[in-house]
Amino acid sequence: MKVRAGMMRWWCKMSDPILEFNNVDIEYQTRGDNAVHAVNDATFTIDEHDYFGLVGESGCGKSTIADAIVGGLDDNGEISSGTIRYKGTEIQNYSESQFNKEIRWKEISVIPQSSMNSLDPVMKLSQQAVEIAKYHTDLSKAEAIDRLRELFDVVGLSESRIHDYPHQFSGGMQQRAIIAFSLFLQPSLIIADEPTTALDVIMQDQILDHINSLKEEWEISMLMITHDISVVFENCDTMAVMHGGQIAEAGNVVDLFDRPRHPYAILLQNAFPDVRYPDRELAVIEGHPPQLREKPDFCTFADRCPWSIAECYEGAPDPQSVEGDEDHQAWCIRANEMDELAADHLTKPAEGRSILEDIQ
Amino acid sequence: MSSDVPVLELRGLEKYFNTSSGLLDTVKNRITRKSPTFVQAVDGVNMQLWENQVQGVIGESGCGKTTLLRTLIGLYKPTNGQLLFHGDPVSEFTKEEWKEFRRHVQIVFQDPFNSLDPKFSVRRTVAEPLEIHGIAYDIGQIKEMLESVGLTPAEKYLGRFPNQLSGGEKQRVAIARGLITKPDVILADEPASMLDVSTQAEILNLLNKLTDEFGVSMVYISHDLSTVSYICDKINVMYLGRVVEEAPTKQLLTEPKHPYTQALIQSIPIPDPHYERERAAVGGEPGDPINMPAGCRFKNRCPERMDVCDQTPMDVALSDDTNRTVACHLYYDHSTEKTEQAQ
Ligand SMILES: Nc1ncnc2c1ncn2[C@@H]1O[C@H](COP(=O)(O)OP(=O)(O)OP(=O)(O)O)[C@@H](O)[C@H]1O
Ligand SMILES: Nc1ncnc2c1ncn2[C@@H]1O[C@H](COP(=O)(O)OP(=O)(O)OP(=O)(O)O)[C@@H](O)[C@H]1O
Ligand code: SF4
Ligand SMILES: [Mg+2]
Ligand SMILES: [Mg+2]
Repeated sequence: MKVRAGMMRWWCKMSDPILEFNNVDIEYQTRGDNAVHAVNDATFTIDEHDYFGLVGESGCGKSTIADAIVGGLDDNGEISSGTIRYKGTEIQNYSESQFNKEIRWKEISVIPQSSMNSLDPVMKLSQQAVEIAKYHTDLSKAEAIDRLRELFDVVGLSESRIHDYPHQFSGGMQQRAIIAFSLFLQPSLIIADEPTTALDVIMQDQILDHINSLKEEWEISMLMITHDISVVFENCDTMAVMHGGQIAEAGNVVDLFDRPRHPYAILLQNAFPDVRYPDRELAVIEGHPPQLREKPDFCTFADRCPWSIAECYEGAPDPQSVEGDEDHQAWCIRANEMDELAADHLTKPAEGRSILEDIQ
Repeated sequence: MSSDVPVLELRGLEKYFNTSSGLLDTVKNRITRKSPTFVQAVDGVNMQLWENQVQGVIGESGCGKTTLLRTLIGLYKPTNGQLLFHGDPVSEFTKEEWKEFRRHVQIVFQDPFNSLDPKFSVRRTVAEPLEIHGIAYDIGQIKEMLESVGLTPAEKYLGRFPNQLSGGEKQRVAIARGLITKPDVILADEPASMLDVSTQAEILNLLNKLTDEFGVSMVYISHDLSTVSYICDKINVMYLGRVVEEAPTKQLLTEPKHPYTQALIQSIPIPDPHYERERAAVGGEPGDPINMPAGCRFKNRCPERMDVCDQTPMDVALSDDTNRTVACHLYYDHSTEKTEQAQ
């Protein structure tokens, strides 16, 4: 059984957006007067029932975006401009109590990147479920525990361990417990920040398979942040690639795979290891993203880009539709020249034999 | 130091945890004469790490990889079995010898969200091991280390605290901290799990340089089979506290023998939305280290299960290749060999 990415597309076209980012800037203040402009002019849309993947280099601003959605930025961080809409309503200026009452858990639940750290170390997992139930539902204590049992089963944890303390679980077991908690109140949107990094691939496969089945059964939408582009290609409908605090490219996963048009997205795909061909070199994308003490008025990939020209430094690039498709955008002034400029990189290499053919 | 003994060696290592946590459980067990329940986290592992060798450990989440590593560095006392450092049992180490050991053997912990002290700046975090061991240093060294793990420019990060770093940045600070004392042995627990490919490649190149040029040895735990091949000479596949297959990396990937290893390789996602991957045939519950099945521990999920699998399989060397072993009944002739493995 295999859920193929993009399969739901025809259907999604008809649905409304669940989450919209419009020109969002997010800054952190640090000691001295150094600000970190972590996210700049971010614009993207997640449609209802879509699974949306967000990928990009370490430190490019992915978790910052996730935190901003639920009002969970660190104290020194703030959304300095732009709008975030959830089901049509602007939420970027919500107060802490509005977020608690209207958004968190019930509408949007978050599987944080530090999930192993987010369990309370001095409370049994069953107690933690009872706590969530107490604040957010009318479930009785026994019902809450039953619910946790079911969800443990869903994520492949043995029910006999619901009364354990978090430290008695391995890293991956803790991560699965967090996933179980995030499903507790049947939210409409799940933000999963690297939900499977701590898991072995078999477990990852089983959990993603399950997460995929939630789409139909529970009508869930998802923002999935991961460094593993294969996970996005296999499980998401739409995606965005970020670089240095800017969105580089966004669209349907198949379109991004077939026709990447932002140089970072192109080089990233080229660098990606494919276990079918273990002899291939692992590539480094040379250079590092710039320090963003001020809002960048240039393409943050320009210093690393093989195709940059003077204009790339003369303003943050506006999005270009790729081959006239409004749903596929690349934030690169040369996007429409890329099929020629990057021709070498865009032809997929003729591969030798895949090792998987021998294993079947 | 002679190189005819391994740098680190484990003999028959067992590590059990008692899960009857509180006093109440203990009393209850005593009254009901129930024996306490044990998690058999690591159960009979032998391993030799040679100078300049990089061994990978992969396996199911919860199979005992971290416990193995923590025991290797002396953080856990083995329930049974022995740990030898250059041939000397660590159980007989004096205080001085422990200190020496700790200086030469460094660990990079699995979860940087937990292992970095939130009150320490990046600069202090990375400098701390040098201070503990009384090694003189200057700030240039710290900066150089940070830049070599891709935290460039280092000035941007020196004064930050862990909560002001992204996940992958924390992870790289943890690596920098592990490497700063120039250890001979590095025990790395999923050190690059949160990093994008390019940053990961940068770290793997750095680690490769350390092992190639400075003779460093390493145990590298990872879930990422598509990148372990770039760093590990040899891979140990663990399942429920045991090593079930051991082979040179390339051979393990191209010709996995143990049904669990085969399932692992089939479960790696493929970076191509047009590719229809067959999901692996192993279903069911992952292993439970408390109620361990008798015989082969993978039997309840194994698509190849036979009657003989109710007995513990031996670690057998494959006839065509002395370099690899596999613990599975499919790979040996039962008429000539004993099936119970001596423990
Ligand atoms: N509280 C903070 N104060 C100052 N800078 C911060 C803070 N939190 C994050 N940053 C910086 O903002 C940038 C974006 O961080 P973010 O956590 O969003 O990255 P990310 O894309 O999630 O990376 P990763 O994949 O490594 O988790 C990074 O350069 C990080 O150092
Ligand atoms: N301090 C402890 N007390 C009780 N049980 C423990 C303790 N530490 C680990 N365990 C148990 O031992 C087993 C092995 O845990 P370990 O952390 O070594 O797994 P792992 O292979 O590193 O998994 P992961 O890939 O998820 O990190 C698990 O069942 C875990 O619950
Ligand atoms: S805008 Fe210029 S620098 Fe940026 S990606 Fe495009 S070509 Fe490269
Ligand atoms: Mg992050
Ligand atoms: Mg572990």
